[in-house]
Amino acid sequence: MSQFIDRRTNGRNKSTVSRQRFLNRFKKQIKESISKALSQRSITDIHVGEKITVPKKDIHEPFFHHAPGGSIKRVFPGNREYSVGDTIARPPASQQQGAGGEASDQGEGVDEFTFEINKDEFLDFFFEDLELPDLVKTELKSVPQFQNVKSGLSLYGSPSNINITRSFRKALGRRISFGTDKRKKLKIAEDRLSGLSKKIEANSPRRLRLKKYIVFMKEKITAIPFIDTFDILYNRTTKQINPSTQAIMFCVMDVSGSMDEAKKDMAKRFFILLYLFLTRSYQKIQIIFIRHHTSAKEVGEQEFFYSRETGGTVVSSALELIYDIIIDRYATNDWNIYVAQASDGDNWNADSPYCQSLLKEKIMPLVQYYAYIEIMPRHHQSLWNSYLTVKEENNNFAMQTISKPSDIFPVLHALFKRKAS
Amino acid sequence: MKTKSTLLPQSSEWTFESLLLYEKAIGDIAKEFHLDTYSNQIEVISSEQMIDLYATTGLPIHYPHWSFGKQFVNTEKLYLKGYTNLSYEMVINSNPCISYLLEENSMTMQAIVIAHACYGHNSFFKNNYLFKTWTNAESIIDYMVFAKNYIHKCEQKYGANAVEELLDACHALKNYGVDRYKRPQKISLHEEEARQTERAAYRQSQVNDLWRTIPENFQKKQHLGSKKHRLPKEPEENLLYFLEKNAPLLEPWQREVIRISRKIAQYFYPQKLTKVMNEGWATFWHYTIINELYNRKMVSDSFMIDFIKNHTNLVYQLPYDNPNYYGINPYTFGYKMFSDIKRMCTAPTDEDNTFFPELTKQDPLEALDFAMRNFEDESFILQYLSPKLMRDLKLFAILDDEKAPNIKVTAIHNNAGYESLRQLLSQQYNLAFVEPNIQIYDVNVKGDRSIILRHVQTDHRPLDEESTEKVLHYFHSLWGFDVVLESVSAEGTVLKIFRCPAIERPLTSESP
Repeated sequence: MSQFIDRRTNGRNKSTVSRQRFLNRFKKQIKESISKALSQRSITDIHVGEKITVPKKDIHEPFFHHAPGGSIKRVFPGNREYSVGDTIARPPASQQQGAGGEASDQGEGVDEFTFEINKDEFLDFFFEDLELPDLVKTELKSVPQFQNVKSGLSLYGSPSNINITRSFRKALGRRISFGTDKRKKLKIAEDRLSGLSKKIEANSPRRLRLKKYIVFMKEKITAIPFIDTFDILYNRTTKQINPSTQAIMFCVMDVSGSMDEAKKDMAKRFFILLYLFLTRSYQKIQIIFIRHHTSAKEVGEQEFFYSRETGGTVVSSALELIYDIIIDRYATNDWNIYVAQASDGDNWNADSPYCQSLLKEKIMPLVQYYAYIEIMPRHHQSLWNSYLTVKEENNNFAMQTISKPSDIFPVLHALFKRKAS
Repeated sequence: MKTKSTLLPQSSEWTFESLLLYEKAIGDIAKEFHLDTYSNQIEVISSEQMIDLYATTGLPIHYPHWSFGKQFVNTEKLYLKGYTNLSYEMVINSNPCISYLLEENSMTMQAIVIAHACYGHNSFFKNNYLFKTWTNAESIIDYMVFAKNYIHKCEQKYGANAVEELLDACHALKNYGVDRYKRPQKISLHEEEARQTERAAYRQSQVNDLWRTIPENFQKKQHLGSKKHRLPKEPEENLLYFLEKNAPLLEPWQREVIRISRKIAQYFYPQKLTKVMNEGWATFWHYTIINELYNRKMVSDSFMIDFIKNHTNLVYQLPYDNPNYYGINPYTFGYKMFSDIKRMCTAPTDEDNTFFPELTKQDPLEALDFAMRNFEDESFILQYLSPKLMRDLKLFAILDDEKAPNIKVTAIHNNAGYESLRQLLSQQYNLAFVEPNIQIYDVNVKGDRSIILRHVQTDHRPLDEESTEKVLHYFHSLWGFDVVLESVSAEGTVLKIFRCPAIERPLTSESP
């Protein structure tokens, strides 16, 4: 008549399709939330989900219902003090829920509908504008690979990890140390027994006592366990990220007056993408922010993106600073160095040739990859041409003009291609 | 039948073995009380699966739609943040009756749920006249399979967006997709599919006939025929049904999708009408059955204490002035109603004899069974709410007239108030009274094909303008021509007119 079924092993994501449709339907709002989030987030925080807020009116499913008003008769429980004819002051509108009853059914009163999307969904939305190839997307989203590395022994662990040799050696040591004293005593007793003159009768009390003692000692020796629980040693492993190398990422940005919010936002996406790429390859990444106008300065992320300066532009100041920092702090062999530079192309004309030689002679030999983007320039200036000559000589130098987010990826294209193959 | 009273497993952790033993014991007792049920299919699920089920109002199979995703996201958020508990059980009106047990429940909770859902709700589904008349427990799962497949096919053929827009419109109107008087037929999945094709062809031909534009005696008919060709003949309350049958521009697949959504609405309709009775019946029986287990010494004192704690929480009624007051608790109210019927049959007072002279002479089991079978919340309250229960619940009635400066107390639980309280409370459960009364009134068949809906006000209550306009917009997307909604007073005076499209269009322009 009755039947029990254990459904717990069945899939638990029956609503996945509906959830996906829900996200698609509110794509516009979600993307707004995400670009807002991008401008507030630190570059290194890109790997977490995001709280999305959608205005309630957008998400509301309408149906015919009454508005407050009219002459409503209603029954309530829990009367304590009222009798017929009493009057009660009308509660203020905000508390109508209690008395009005129906307001609660309609789920109104809250202006926003908030929910969270996970890291993958966040990145999906982030990638959407960037138009990344699918292979690259999956690679960027993948969790770092871990490798188990032997790291000594432990007293606790699972039976499959028992280190037999070491456990036996430990048991042996214990048996020796616990038994030595007893064996010594046994030996003495045996010697004494054999040393007794034959005159003494076989069942004399002394002989018997010695024999009894010998049997007792032997028992004690055999009672030492061959292997005991605390002898057992387990191989210990720890997880290590593979590969475990480190990288330095220089973010260089022109902060002269012509770089407005939109351009900075584009630059930020560019930096984030490079950072994402680096997290895939390197365990430890340090980001150094360098902003410049006529002089360059190393700053924190907050200041990098949000403070504004005016004045002319001398790009070489930033390049010099990069070089100094590298020489000063990072011995080339231990660090993989990446430089991402964003600018709107302005530079003091006389400075460009110097930039060119700085790059060619000093910086390019030290770095893995140099990516330069020029955001919405009115026209290319001397800096672009100088960089073009650098590009011809170095295949790890990339540059691109950018007017929309989808232009960013090609700058890093070579980087991804090389890693993917 | 004699039940051997052996102590059931006492561990608070459940196992499948102990579930079986409890189910058997509870089933045996239920049989002794003559509870007539469908066979049970009891499924143990995890909390994530419960959240999934929430999204589709308990149905294990459903077509996908963004609104279910929204529901899912919302429940998940509330649950993970600890704002809400999931309900301990969920039960589906199907044959076999599917009930879900949450894996985190203690053994005591599982026993309560088995008694509550698998025997309480189950017997209610099988025997209450509303469910017998309006739902098909045999075919609902099959029908949902059909619906899911059909919607999927439509998405493939016409695009997910077109289907989603259509479903949005249907969902907005689903409260008005319900037949209150007609009886749907019982058919299986196979028949349903076979008949669907037939229906599509036939229906299109019917609609074409209705909107035939052969100009035969056209001028004359427009003048004379307004009475004769009135559509609908009587005001039609099932808006989705009317659209399915009569909307001029819909394609056959769109009509079928409308049909699917109104069928599902119809399936849930009795549950809306019997919230108090259904929960009350299930609560009354889990209380009675578990107590019987205890009387037979099959469960221990500690089990009982755990049970009483849970039961008491379930049937707690917050007073009206508590900030968390959320209306009358259907579990409490229903449970007390049924308990009161039993009390009046077993130990009637003089008062009961005056108010319920017939009832007090009856056998309690028969009286309870009769009440369960033949009523819905509204009539149940009108029939059985006793003065004693009104006193116990300390009921009082108010009149909140927007024209008066204050709210007025019109009746309390005393001799003068009993009749009026019972009337008012019963009305509070009358859906026709709770939901705005909106019907299709007239269609301009020979003219611009505009349609007129009528909202007849109850208690002078106005419609919420914002949502009404939105719903009319959906209605318009289905009808395809101008839609007018007249809000009229009970006396028939038109008080307000909603239109979609909102502004009068120039005569030359085409309908979207």
